[in-house]
Amino acid sequence: MAERPEDLNLPNAVITRIIKEALPDGVNISKEARSAISRAASVFVLYATSCANNFAMKGKRKTLNAGDVLSAMEEMEFQRFISPLKEALDAYRREQKGKKEASEQKKKDKDKRIDSEEQDKSREDDNDEDDERMEEEEQNDEEVDN
Amino acid sequence: MADGFGGKEKCSDQRLVSLPLSRIRVIMKSSPEVSSINQEALVLTAKATELFVQYLATYSYKHGSGKEKKALIYSDLSNTAEESETFQFLADILPKKILASKYLKMLKEEKGEGEEDEEEEEEEDEEDDESEDEEAES
Repeated sequence: MAERPEDLNLPNAVITRIIKEALPDGVNISKEARSAISRAASVFVLYATSCANNFAMKGKRKTLNAGDVLSAMEEMEFQRFISPLKEALDAYRREQKGKKEASEQKKKDKDKRIDSEEQDKSREDDNDEDDERMEEEEQNDEEVDN
Repeated sequence: MADGFGGKEKCSDQRLVSLPLSRIRVIMKSSPEVSSINQEALVLTAKATELFVQYLATYSYKHGSGKEKKALIYSDLSNTAEESETFQFLADILPKKILASKYLKMLKEEKGEGEEDEEEEEEEDEEDDESEDEEAES
């Protein structure tokens, strides 16, 4: 896959916002500084990915996981990130769990609705079957008693 | 501002991550040895990148040149890359700028040593944008 140069950059608007929120009020950022930070961020992603991948390979895994990223931060000497990252991971997992439960609930509700619709349609047939079954059971009971 | 890039994490009121996950994934996948990336790893990398941007900005501002305290400028960042061990990995992409006169002097000295690096051409390009041009003239 050929990446165009801009694909490896992060959106300026978001980068600028993150910087502005981090710096004290009233501090400006030169265009060049912002562009430099953006490039640095892309390089950071590459460096972190490469580092995390080493941990995955050590664990004989082909898929990078959360633990690999955390180990990479330690390795890169960004220990200060580890605690906020763990919090973010917990929040993400809770959110995913919530989403899953919500969609399972929706599915249950949907199934219930479909079932009751089917029951309405085929109620007459079922009643006939039930009657037959009940008759058989009564016959069996009689046999057993004897 | 409408940001058309997909993959932003939306979670109730507070966004977990502001950077677009799709873009982060593209960058991660451009790394040759990487085969696949679990969703959690993607979210964490995006979050870590945000933390990194904050850290780089505040560190550079704090340790930056005294005269420009109301602004964060390029030289603050290149100083950080050069002087801080944590940010050493950025040294190549955030080179220091030098005066044109110094650069020309360096060229003359290195001519004797033989091979020219492409890096020097890059520095020259950067200087074209800079106010260093003014200093070089005087």
